[in-house]
Amino acid sequence: MPPVLQLRGITKRFPGVLANDHIDLELEEGQVLALLGENGAGKSTLMNILYGLYHPDEGEIYIRGEKVSIHGPSDAIRLGIGMVHQHFMLVPVLTVTENVMLGMESIRNGMVLDRTKASKRIREISDQYGLEVDPEATVEDLPVGIQQRVEIIKLLYRNADILILDEPTAVLTPQEVTGLIRVVRSLVAQGKSVVFISHKLKEVLELSDRIVVLRRGRSVGSTTPEESDERSLASMMVGRDVILEVPKGPAHPGDVVLDVQDLVVKGDQEKVAVSGISFQVRGGEIVGAAGVQGNGQTELVEAITGLRPVESGRVMIGGHDVTNASPRAITEFGTAHVPEDRQRDGLVLSYSVAHNVILNTYYVPPFARGPLMQETAVARQADQLIAQFDVRTPSPQTPVANLSGGNQQKVIVARELSRPVQLTLASQPTRGLDVGSIEYIHAQLVKKRDEGAAVLVVSAELDEVMALADRILVMYEGRIMGTLDATEATRERLGLLMAGVATA
Amino acid sequence: MDRKTAAESNVKAPERALGDEADRVRGRLPRGRRRTRGRLRSLVIPFLAIVTALIIGALVIVFTDETVYAAFGDGVGRGVARASSVITRAYGAFFSGALGNPVRIITALFSGQGTQIRRAIYPLTETIRISTPYIFAGLAVALGFQGGLFNIGAEGQYFVAGLVTVFVGYAVTGLPGIIHLPLALLAGAVGGGIWGAIPGLLKAKTGAHEVINTIMMNYIAFRLAEFMLDANGPMARGDGRPVSPEIQPSAYLPQFFPNQIEIRVNTGFLLALAVAVLVWWLLYKTTLGYEIRTVGANPRAARYAGMSVARTVVITMALSGALAGLSASTDILGVLHFMPNAFSSGYGFDAIALALLGKSHPFGVVLASLLFGALRAGAQNMQGIAQVPVDLTSIVQGLIIVFIAAPEIIRKLYRLRQPVASDELVTVRGWGGA
Repeated sequence: MPPVLQLRGITKRFPGVLANDHIDLELEEGQVLALLGENGAGKSTLMNILYGLYHPDEGEIYIRGEKVSIHGPSDAIRLGIGMVHQHFMLVPVLTVTENVMLGMESIRNGMVLDRTKASKRIREISDQYGLEVDPEATVEDLPVGIQQRVEIIKLLYRNADILILDEPTAVLTPQEVTGLIRVVRSLVAQGKSVVFISHKLKEVLELSDRIVVLRRGRSVGSTTPEESDERSLASMMVGRDVILEVPKGPAHPGDVVLDVQDLVVKGDQEKVAVSGISFQVRGGEIVGAAGVQGNGQTELVEAITGLRPVESGRVMIGGHDVTNASPRAITEFGTAHVPEDRQRDGLVLSYSVAHNVILNTYYVPPFARGPLMQETAVARQADQLIAQFDVRTPSPQTPVANLSGGNQQKVIVARELSRPVQLTLASQPTRGLDVGSIEYIHAQLVKKRDEGAAVLVVSAELDEVMALADRILVMYEGRIMGTLDATEATRERLGLLMAGVATA
Repeated sequence: MDRKTAAESNVKAPERALGDEADRVRGRLPRGRRRTRGRLRSLVIPFLAIVTALIIGALVIVFTDETVYAAFGDGVGRGVARASSVITRAYGAFFSGALGNPVRIITALFSGQGTQIRRAIYPLTETIRISTPYIFAGLAVALGFQGGLFNIGAEGQYFVAGLVTVFVGYAVTGLPGIIHLPLALLAGAVGGGIWGAIPGLLKAKTGAHEVINTIMMNYIAFRLAEFMLDANGPMARGDGRPVSPEIQPSAYLPQFFPNQIEIRVNTGFLLALAVAVLVWWLLYKTTLGYEIRTVGANPRAARYAGMSVARTVVITMALSGALAGLSASTDILGVLHFMPNAFSSGYGFDAIALALLGKSHPFGVVLASLLFGALRAGAQNMQGIAQVPVDLTSIVQGLIIVFIAAPEIIRKLYRLRQPVASDELVTVRGWGGA
C-alpha cells in the first residue's frame, strides 16, 4: 500500500533564500511524523506548500499514490488535508458548533442554519476521539487547550485524514500537552495520520513514530524515537554539538535589589492583571517567573519598568522607591530590560544596529554632547558590542529589520547587558530563537548574575525557567501560586501550580 | 546580507568573518559606494512615476483634442502625425515655460546683453519662485511624517502665519531692514508653530487624532483670515478691497534683480535651501531629531527607551507648523508684499504630495518642490501657447502622487525587483493614532 502522503523533491525559493531544497517526505497511514527544525529551517514553508498556500518551484506531491496539485486550502481540504495553525482561527464570541460550521453550514429548508444536526455530529466526533468538547460552549470561555481541540474538530468535521499541527504545544501548559498527546494517539489509532511540527525535543521523542529533521531548508535526516535521544536530535537540528543544560555554579545571593510589595496593576482591558504580588530578588541570584502566558507576567514587568501605571503597592529598586517613576528614571537607577516583544518594544526596525544599541543612552555622553549626536562614539560602541556579543550583521549600519530573529535579540541583549546595572529584567528572552542563540543568551544572563546583578527572568518555557533560575515563582491569574527552590522544582509540581492547583 | 545567510552564519561555528572583510570576500561594493547606489535606487521609482504621469498626460492631451479626431477621420497616418504634433507643441510649450528655451538662453548668454539674458532665463526664475513656498510647506509635512504625524494643517498654519507676518510687516514701522525682516519671518514661524502645536497638544494630552484636529484648525484659520481681511475687517486696507495694507519696504526679502520687477525670484529661495539643510541637520544630527524619528518609527520603543512621546509630539507639530508658516511669510515678504483675502494657492495641500514624493527626506522635498514649481510654471505657458488647460498639471501631479503612493504599479509596469523591506520608509502609522 502506498504511503498516505508523499513529497518528492519539493523546492521553494524566495528572493535570496532557498526555503526548501529538494525535500522528500513520506507519511504512512496511522503514523505520527514529527517535523523537527529550528526557526527558519523551512518547516512552515513545507507545510504551507502542502496546504496550498505556496506553490513549490519544483517537486511533486502524492496522496495515496496519486499525484496531486494543490492550489489553495480548499484543494487541500478536498484531498483530506487539514491544518491547525499556531494562531487559532476561531471566532471567540461564537459557540463551538457555530465555529465548526463556519464555511460549510448545514442548511435546513433552504435558509435556516441546522445547528442541531451539526452539533450532533460534533458530539459524535468528540466522543469518538475522546476530545471532551461541549458543542454548545462559547469559544472565548474555553481554555486554550480545549480551543485547540475545537480546531481539530473543525478538520475532522471536514473529513480530513491528514492533520498538520503547527507548533501545537507552544501555547499549552504541561498538563494540556499531556492531554494533546492523548488526543493525537487516539486519532492515529483510528486511522488518521498526523504531521507534528515542533522544535521541542521532548515532545517529539514522546509522540512521534518517525522524525524528520530539517536544517536550512534541507532534510538532514530521518530517524525514530528509539534510535535517537535529545542530544542527537539537537545536534542534527543545529549541525553541531549542543550543551542542553545551562552551565552555572551555585548562586551567592546578596542584598535585596528588587523589592515588590502588594503590587496591583491593571491590564489593557481595565481588568486587574496583577493582584497583590509581593516578592524580592537579591543581587547575585536569578529568579524565574513561570506561568502560562497571560497570567499577569507582562503587566508585572511593565509596572516594574515604569511602562504601566501601578494601581497600588510599592516597587523598590536598590532602596529607591520607583513606584510609578518614569521609564527613564528607572533605567537610570540601574535597570536593564529585555522586553517581551522585541520587535514591538525593544527595537526600531528601520534603524541601523548602531542606532539601536544606543536606544536608551542616546542622550548621555559619549553618545551625545549637548543636543548633538556623536556618530563616531555611537559607531565605536556598535563595533565593540557587535564583537563582544557576537551579533552577526553585515555591518553596524545594516537595519536591524534585515537581521535574523536571534541576532535582533542579541542586539537588545548587547544593549541591555553591556550597561552596568543592579537589576536585569528579561521577558521571554529566547522566544522563537534557535538553539544556538538560546545557549548564548542564557550564558549571558548567568554571567550577569555572577557579576552580582539581580536577575528576573519571565518565561513561559518551563525548560528555560528550570535551567536558568535559582528560585522559581509561579504566576497564575495575577497571583504568585508558589515559590520553589530550583532544586525542589519538578515539571509536575510547576505544571500543577501553573494550572492554579495549590497543592505543591 | 539577507536573512538566510545571517541564519547560516548563526549556525556555523563561532567564527566571525563578517563586516567589510566578508563583503570583500563576496565581492561586494565597499560600504560607501553601496550606500550611494542605494540612494540612486530610491530615485528610480519617483523618476519612473514622473515619466509615466507625463506619458498619460500626453494621452489625455491627445484624447481631448478635436483636431486629432478630425485628422484620424482622414486616415490613420494623418491622425498619428497630428497627435504627435499636438503633443510636441504642448510639451514644448510646457518645458520652455518651466525651464526656458535652451537655444535662447545660450544665445542670450553669448550676446552678453542683460535684458536678453533676463528674458531668456525668466521661465527658470518663475519655477524657482514657485518652488520656494513649496519647499517650506513640503518640509513641514515631511517633518511631521518623520515624527509619525500627519499634518494636514499646513494650509491653515500658512494662513495664520500670513496674517501675523503681514501685520508685523505693515504695522511695525521705523525699524531698519536688518531687524524688521527677521522679525516678520520669525512672527510667521511662531504663528504657524502655535497653530501646529495646538493639535499636537490635543494629541499628547487627550489622544485626539491630529488628522482630524489639523483639518478643523484649517477651517478656523480660513474663517479667521476672512474675518480679518474682509473689506471692513480689522486688517483691511480701508479702501473697500479685501486686502491687507502693503508691508513696509524694510520687511521685503531682497530681490535678485531689484530693477526688474517682472522677475520675482528672491532671496526667499536661498532661505528655503538653508532651512532644508537645517531640518536635515536637526533630524539626523541631533538628539531631538533622533527622538522625533524614534517616536515616528516606533512610539512603543520610544517610550521603552525613556523618551517622552507626548513632549516629542508637541515639539514636532510646533516645528512642522513653523515651517508651514515660513512658506506664507516668504511669499508675502518676497513676492506679494500684502495679503489678499483669497490667499490660498493650495501650497499646504500640495505639500502632502511633496513630502510623499520626497520620501520625507529634506533634500527629497527640495527636489520635489522644484519639480512642482516647474509643473506650475510650465502649465501657464502651455495654456498660453498650446491652449492646453492648466488643469492638465493637476492631472499629472495627481498621477505622480498615485504612482508614488502605490509603487507596486510602477514596479509591475517596468518589471522592477521587489525592494528590501528596509528600503521603504514608513511615513505614517494607521488612523488609530496611539
